[in-house]
Amino acid sequence: MFRGVPTANRNVGSQIYASILVNSIYAMVNYPVTLINTLLAPLSILAVVTFASHGTLLPVAAEGALIMNMVSSGTSMQGDLSHLKNDMRLQDMVVSSPTGPGIYIMGMALSEIVYSIPTLAVLVVFNILFVHLTAFGSVILFLDMATIFTFSVSLGFLLSTLSSDIVQSWAFSGILSPILTTIPPVYYPISYIPLPFRYLAYISPTTYSAQIAQNAAHFISISPRFRGCTGRFFFP
Amino acid sequence: MDIQVTDLSKIYSGNVSALNGVSFHIDHNGTFALIGKNGAGKTTLVRILSTQLMPTSGRAFINGSDVVQDAREVREIIAAVPQEARAVPWMTPMQTITSYLMWRGYTHSESRTMARDVLRSLGLEDQENLKNRSLSGGQKRKVLVATALASEAKVIFMDEPTTGLDFISRKELWDVLAGMKKDRLIILTTHYLEEAEQLGDRIGIIDHGRMVDMGTLEELRGLTRYPLSLKIFARNLELPDVTGQVRRLADGEIQVLTTEDQAYGLVTSLLASHIRFNVQEISLNTIFESLVQGGANGE
Repeated sequence: MFRGVPTANRNVGSQIYASILVNSIYAMVNYPVTLINTLLAPLSILAVVTFASHGTLLPVAAEGALIMNMVSSGTSMQGDLSHLKNDMRLQDMVVSSPTGPGIYIMGMALSEIVYSIPTLAVLVVFNILFVHLTAFGSVILFLDMATIFTFSVSLGFLLSTLSSDIVQSWAFSGILSPILTTIPPVYYPISYIPLPFRYLAYISPTTYSAQIAQNAAHFISISPRFRGCTGRFFFP
Repeated sequence: MDIQVTDLSKIYSGNVSALNGVSFHIDHNGTFALIGKNGAGKTTLVRILSTQLMPTSGRAFINGSDVVQDAREVREIIAAVPQEARAVPWMTPMQTITSYLMWRGYTHSESRTMARDVLRSLGLEDQENLKNRSLSGGQKRKVLVATALASEAKVIFMDEPTTGLDFISRKELWDVLAGMKKDRLIILTTHYLEEAEQLGDRIGIIDHGRMVDMGTLEELRGLTRYPLSLKIFARNLELPDVTGQVRRLADGEIQVLTTEDQAYGLVTSLLASHIRFNVQEISLNTIFESLVQGGANGE
């Protein structure tokens, strides 16, 4: 029988890394086909918008694909957490361990980023080639992506606590994806939406995120009133 | 290790009472087997003690730390394998145990070494890099039990770890569980009474959210009126007057639950009549029936 377990000197980095391993690296290593899955969704919409606009919207769509990727990464956390909580009961095992809830969630959130690294890499190349951001614009875009990712992770975590089984999680994912990324003006400028409906677009946080990104790339110019509302940090 | 539970209650939404003032004290290592019918409150009790669920009232301490107020300290020394836990199918046993140990704060290399050792000790070294989905039911449960076994946890909660396994797999897992208890406290819930009898150093009987009784098997046996069971292999036998409980079994045989004195007299009479029989101490099954279902054997 196994004996002589050394006493652990609790390593927070290991606790975060465990979540990353379980929720992304092991899946990618064991099933490389998952990489294609993450890559396909943002690239397919990017391709459709580019073809439909005869290439004119490629730079806007490339930025939009980055935003969609960050939103999808965050919201897919709700499905993953729900799966581990309800189907595997793994979360209960983690609860009864020295890993605290904050560390667990941070690890899970980072795992979603790790999972989307291949997609991010492709999209960053697209953005370098077609968007031509300044250094300052790149910083704004980075902060914008971090903010929308934090929002989507929070939303994902909230929904995972409400979800009692995976079928519910699939439904949440199915609702969130069109509402947050496909319909709102993420892949295209908001001016493409007829005016009476344009205000509806502002229900989605991704609209603000896309506007900030498009403003950072000088695709659009955000009005002074909007800047006032969102703070001068993003729009000096 | 020490667990002190005082007047613990849990009422779920809809006013469903799962625990109803449970109190008990465990003050030494070994296996504490918690038995009871489905819905008796076993899982609720284990979930509260393993800091997964808040009680409605009452308090519980593990090594002096309150499971609610000092949950963080408690989690340093406990590990739990929940009732419906499953090894993630697309992960390997090595990955399953390594990641769990990392959640407990071990480094990746430490965790892999410990995982390899524990897999070897459980005879799963050949399966360590197979996907969990390809393992047998017993092997999958072993992998989950191994996560807790490989850890440094001093109190381990195992909620019905053998449910759904065939007898051979269950026996294999019993060996594993028996080996775990040497320097730890294992809280094992089960509705297999034979399992509790085999593994439990102490046994707690829970029913309708209350701890009916607890103690060693001998102590529980002492709580019953008739500690001996005679099984008589004869049909249509007219028994002499005997103080005890007589049951006609489905196969036509007769079971007599009785006292030592009465058993002696009956055995003498059966020997004289050349009637086959066996005599043994009553099983946990019979004790459970008498204490929970209020059989004639109860006090």
